[in-house]
Amino acid sequence: MIENRPWLNFFSHVVLILGVAVVALPVYIALIASTRGPNDFYSGVVPLLPGPHTIENYKQVLFAGISTSGAPPIGLMMFNSLVMALSIAIGKIAISIISAFAIVYFRFPFRSLAFWLIFVTLMLPVEVRILPTFKVVSDLGMLNSYAGLSIPLIASATATFLFRQFFLTVPEELMEAARVDGAGPMRFFWDILVPLSRTNMAALFVILFIYGWNQYLWPLMITTDPHYYTVVMAIKRMADVADSIPQWNVVMATVVLALLPPVLVVIAMQRLFVKGLVETEK
Amino acid sequence: MQTKRTLFRSKTLPYLLILPQMAVTIIFFLWPAAQAVRQSFLREDAFGFKTTFVWFDNYTQLFSDPTYENSLRVTVVFAIGVAVLSLVSALVLALAVDRTIRSSQVYTTLLVWPYAVAPAVAGILWWFMFNPTIGILPYLLSFVGYHWDHSLSGFDAMILVIIASSWKQISYNFLFFVAGLQAIPKSLVEAAAIDGAGPYKRFFTIIFPLLSPTTFFLLVINTVYAMFDTFAVIHATTQGGPAQATNTLVYKVFQDGFIGLNIGSSATQSVVLMIIVIALTFIQFRWIERNVQY
Amino acid sequence: MKFRTLLAAAAALTVMTPAIAAAKTQIQWWHAMGGALGQKLESIVANYNKSQDKYEVVPTYKGSYPETMTAAIAAFRAHQQPDIVQVYEVGTGTMMAAKGAVYPVYQLMKDTGEPFNPKDYLAAVVGYYTDTHGNMLSLPFNSSTPILYYNKDVFKKAGLDPNTPPKTWEDVESFSKKIMDSHAAKCGFTTGWISWVQLENFSAWHNLPIGTEENGFGGLDARLSFNGPIQARHWNNLKKWQDNGIFQYGGPVGGNDAGPKFYSQECAIYMNSSASRADILANAKGFQVGVGMLPYYSDVKGAPQNSIIGGATLWVLQGKDKDHYKGVADFFHYLSSAEVQADWHQFSGYLPITQAAYELGQKQGYYAKNPGADVAIKQMTLNPPTANSKGLRFGNYVQVRQIIDEEFQSLLAGKKTGQEALDAVVKRGNELIAEFQKANE
Repeated sequence: MIENRPWLNFFSHVVLILGVAVVALPVYIALIASTRGPNDFYSGVVPLLPGPHTIENYKQVLFAGISTSGAPPIGLMMFNSLVMALSIAIGKIAISIISAFAIVYFRFPFRSLAFWLIFVTLMLPVEVRILPTFKVVSDLGMLNSYAGLSIPLIASATATFLFRQFFLTVPEELMEAARVDGAGPMRFFWDILVPLSRTNMAALFVILFIYGWNQYLWPLMITTDPHYYTVVMAIKRMADVADSIPQWNVVMATVVLALLPPVLVVIAMQRLFVKGLVETEK
Repeated sequence: MQTKRTLFRSKTLPYLLILPQMAVTIIFFLWPAAQAVRQSFLREDAFGFKTTFVWFDNYTQLFSDPTYENSLRVTVVFAIGVAVLSLVSALVLALAVDRTIRSSQVYTTLLVWPYAVAPAVAGILWWFMFNPTIGILPYLLSFVGYHWDHSLSGFDAMILVIIASSWKQISYNFLFFVAGLQAIPKSLVEAAAIDGAGPYKRFFTIIFPLLSPTTFFLLVINTVYAMFDTFAVIHATTQGGPAQATNTLVYKVFQDGFIGLNIGSSATQSVVLMIIVIALTFIQFRWIERNVQY
Repeated sequence: MKFRTLLAAAAALTVMTPAIAAAKTQIQWWHAMGGALGQKLESIVANYNKSQDKYEVVPTYKGSYPETMTAAIAAFRAHQQPDIVQVYEVGTGTMMAAKGAVYPVYQLMKDTGEPFNPKDYLAAVVGYYTDTHGNMLSLPFNSSTPILYYNKDVFKKAGLDPNTPPKTWEDVESFSKKIMDSHAAKCGFTTGWISWVQLENFSAWHNLPIGTEENGFGGLDARLSFNGPIQARHWNNLKKWQDNGIFQYGGPVGGNDAGPKFYSQECAIYMNSSASRADILANAKGFQVGVGMLPYYSDVKGAPQNSIIGGATLWVLQGKDKDHYKGVADFFHYLSSAEVQADWHQFSGYLPITQAAYELGQKQGYYAKNPGADVAIKQMTLNPPTANSKGLRFGNYVQVRQIIDEEFQSLLAGKKTGQEALDAVVKRGNELIAEFQKANE
């Protein structure tokens, strides 16, 4: 500390505690709402203290589904979200690391072109090319499938960049030593680069898992079969019931369940998460 | 472009290695983008039976459309709102954390998790908080005499989507500011303190200027975020309303194309957006290149 | 030995399951019925599937009406379309213009030789969905019309007769004032569907044109014209009533906040679809609900005329095999039967689509037991429809509806007068309609 200013330190804590409280407030309200009965939301103001319906609400959401919005039980949707998030995260890491390897360790015709082609994917968020992409996916017969949910999203410029930057910092000596030992490129890749990249991969995994889990528009578009619904896209549907009031207690129970997995991942792997975040964007 | 001094030699292997990435990029990015460009020159009915080539009709129509102009304005206001709100609150929190040494880890944990919350979920959460009938915030606002109604007041709706979108972005900015603050040499700050500069003066003469690269980078990132990644927030809350008050450019592409089935116009808007993103990405890329050559 | 039989059985099963599935033709039906209606729909389908063994109808809930329609169109473009799709009334113009995409119901029935007599259907309902030659293009499945609901307990508290709903807008205003002055409720009335109830039906109910060319029935070159002085006066009144608290706005599109205002007894009167009846009765806890016809301005000549319908119809899409269409025709025949129709109508509040279903309800004593359940039918058929009250048919109308909401919001926000807002709707709407005409001619 540069100098001791007790009031400033105290003020810092006040700011932080306030900040934490404001940031947590919406989730707190959601948690509370998920413990109440359906009649607590007709009028007045939302309840601020827990009610007695916790188990019943979560049981309904997880196993029975919500009849009034045609939503299937959420267990299956959580599973779908998990499959989608894992395939996207692992798929992105896998195809990015090998393309970064090719770009850094080989020189071949059209290398620059390939690099730039990968780069443009950064520029085309799925929202702006949604109609034509939908058409492509349906032409390939990938609507309502896990492949359709994940493959179109696994091209990743950021991950490729990250690995490229990282490979550039790997000492040249390692590669020379490998060549003296007569190791081929794939041997070098598996025995040296992959182990060295482990932290980077883990950090990326955290970021990409969140990215995959939180997808909204894409699953909304390409799933017509409730067996492939993901939990994030389903919430909106539950909150949007025409001609009647949303069942806030169950909607909020679903919200809590939908945000829990990625939040837990972030908290459990905070260090990796911070690393992943700061490095992917650098 | 950089490579290694020593390289592997192989005619086929590098192609095989980049093949998956290329395939996905071409099939799911470039081809659809090319389709959008093609569609932007066509007029078509919803089912795609009658297609006429109309040159730049869609473009002239788009640029003379007052709702598009409105959407542009809305997007600018929204992006500035999100950037300012999330940057300022993140900076304040980061400065506060920088002063607390022992408890900084705990605070950081408590502040970063919203990043993991899906934008759609964030939207629903704040929508619930701001629900005009039962929400807690309109209830509190009514005590200060403010009648909150985001289904009618464009201003309220804009505030709602700005808050919902900024909420999870604060975590992100916070982490970068903390990293940026840690990178400022302590000696500089100490020297200033010895010269008698108070914390307020130190912030404006030393810390803030030294943070400016981080701030600029975050500004670009937040703008991109506000423009392109907030679709879910808007879809889950205001759906562009009331009276188009929160109809951002990206939401409009979706609404005109998917709800309105005006495919030509939607494709034209996509093309305009692509040009905007390319420009923004270019700025971002320049920044990356400059900072990576350590 | 036991193991072997088990294996054999398993092998037989794996061979047989696809065989069973293949024997039944699967008919995909995309619909937009959530909630209790969705469950009812599924039980109707389940009964149909049980009633025969050739076809299996598979209902899929696709979200809201616009979502369902756009999903079906996108799927059609990608050759993944369902056999049947439920499209709401404002999508009618778009569907009709898409000649190569839809299989008109009258044609389908003729081609498959399914017994079908267009005269069996209620003219007031089917008229909305026939071409100029009187051919039925889609099967009205759930048609409704807006009616007025009111809180009898609040009326009593305010010293009003709980058995007399307001008849005119003048009544609505004076009743509301009485209700508010006596603190029986905070607000007089709220409404769902500004576009459908307070503009389109308002026009038809007062025998005023919605658009040219018989509200668009005449051709693609029809344009909107509902910016007349009476509509403008009504919108100005709504603004005035909002300012003094008589009216509370329930939000755009269907007006999701309107229902809760009525359920929580904040507003005493609520105008919305007759199909909301089941939901309203279920949610109105602790008070009695009365039903009446829509109000009208007593000084307007020709009012009340008749109200027009909303809701949705089932469209059959092209591009499937013959046996699919046989199944669709068979299923439509089942759906139109008096028993199914009467059951659906009585459960949901949607209008019965056939004369037989209505008569069956009368015979069962349903309307005697449920006073108010036939208000919708009576209101629909109050007078023989005129050119202004048959319905409406415009392309791109989904967006026009949205413009109506937007301009209404500008009105309430005080940015425009009723006339200015309606003029803007007509101007912006006509641009979209012209665009549609260009794309489809």
